[in-house]
Amino acid sequence: MRIVVAVKYVPDIHADRGFEGGRVVRRPDEGTLNELDENAVEAALRLVESLPDDERAASEVVVVTVAGPDADAAVKKAFQLGVDRGVRVSDDAVAGSDYFGTARVLAAAVRRLAEESPVDLVVTGMAALDGLGSVVPTLLSAELGLPQLTLAGRLELTGEPGSRGARVTRELDGVDEVLEAPLPAVVSVTDHANDPRFPNFTLIMAARSKPVEAWSLADVGVDPADVGDAGARTRVLDAAPRPPRPEAEIVVDKGEGGRALADYLIRNDLV
Amino acid sequence: MLAQLGAYGVGTVRQAEPSADGHAVTGDALHLTPVVAEALAAAARTTGADAALLTSSFPNKEAAARLAHLTGAGLVIDASGLHDDGTHLVADKRVFAGSWDVRSAVTTELAVLTVRANAVVPEPAPEAVAVEVVGLGVEVSAAATAARVVSRTAHETSGSGRPALGEAAIVVTGGRGTNGDFAPVVELADALGAAVGATRDAVYEGWHDQFVGQTGVTVAPRLYIGAGVSGAPHHRGGMQAAQVVVAVNNDPECPLFEISDFAVVGDLAEVLPQAAQAIREHRSTPR
Repeated sequence: MRIVVAVKYVPDIHADRGFEGGRVVRRPDEGTLNELDENAVEAALRLVESLPDDERAASEVVVVTVAGPDADAAVKKAFQLGVDRGVRVSDDAVAGSDYFGTARVLAAAVRRLAEESPVDLVVTGMAALDGLGSVVPTLLSAELGLPQLTLAGRLELTGEPGSRGARVTRELDGVDEVLEAPLPAVVSVTDHANDPRFPNFTLIMAARSKPVEAWSLADVGVDPADVGDAGARTRVLDAAPRPPRPEAEIVVDKGEGGRALADYLIRNDLV
Repeated sequence: MLAQLGAYGVGTVRQAEPSADGHAVTGDALHLTPVVAEALAAAARTTGADAALLTSSFPNKEAAARLAHLTGAGLVIDASGLHDDGTHLVADKRVFAGSWDVRSAVTTELAVLTVRANAVVPEPAPEAVAVEVVGLGVEVSAAATAARVVSRTAHETSGSGRPALGEAAIVVTGGRGTNGDFAPVVELADALGAAVGATRDAVYEGWHDQFVGQTGVTVAPRLYIGAGVSGAPHHRGGMQAAQVVVAVNNDPECPLFEISDFAVVGDLAEVLPQAAQAIREHRSTPR
């Protein structure tokens, strides 16, 4: 079984972010592997670990990311968790890519990996905690022409070696669903799917010297005009930090706190 | 539903009738995201639409993205407002856990947007219009039905006639500080006609069924009240777009106070019922 996990390098959730010239500026020293992608890595590793010995020995988990060299930190984190191989697609033309540009480059990288040997499953997290669009998994499935099984709270393999499928269970907006598709397929998993493991010492040491493969857009056959600022279908006109909220009016309850709360709501026409 | 659409000025409803390989797509398969997206694309093409608007939910975001992928349209997820600047549709959006406002122009002919609940106040049309339902045959691709729905069960999230969490104008949320007793939270919610939410921890403890947060339900109500909620980044990311934030916590150092407009330091089991009582009295007083 060969599984590709698409991951994103994101700023630390507590770090400052902003806009400059219509683009998101991040502080590179504070980045990390998107927390929700740890669930995707975990799901991939567990699927492989659940296989019979011979199938398991022939398995590979590859992470792919689209970003600058800083993102090696995210790939290395995946190595520490037990991922076999890591690819970073970098190109100056990628900067400013929208959802579609990102999905196109990821899909091209998956296709190139599939040329080497077949890819059975593409796994992603449910969202990147910096953008929260949650649409790259579905776009990746559209780009690759593969069935989508998204927002899985549970992921299992079905069938026998050679004719495997995937089954996911999910709960969205009060609807419980079980979906199945033959492999290859694109799966996204939620943070309910599993509890990601901690890196162990041996893997941490091994990750230090393990190389991250760097590919360019040309390596994956994507036209620079289709991605980045050039390919974007929206343009940022204006971006401004919101003024901080004025300091809260704080009441210490001495028996009338509830009434004070009600008065505040009534006074502000919120009741 | 048709009468309601008419009251808000919707004149035409296109009812998709998808088929795949000559056979009608029916039942649960109608909910497959690629099927929904291909039907939307057909509707957009047939009508020559300038904009396709969906409410922001996880399934709708995916359908919107695939619709944009199929049509080459620009996409804005979680828009909080939109206007036409004469050349382009322009969408406003709040990003980075509510800390920045961004305005972007959609530069394609068709604009696809998912709009946050409560971002705009629905206004009925001056006069209700008659709604015409027009069938829309759509032949979907083989890939659209490549995944199979094994089972699909909708369950009532809140049977008590309370508004849905993601859409409510007022949300009362309980956290770890409730120690598992949501009765005061529910009492205040009922007094206000509000939805009840919880923190992720509280849902994991089994105290409530739906949590507000970055990976749960994102809410942007007029009023958010957090009771016994510490205000962890995960939770703040799901509620920070609320217009007014009120916190009740016995810990004066509680981080939620930092983003609150009004806060009570006190025992929520005392404060919430007293507030609910005062609100009920206010509501029953003729004005």
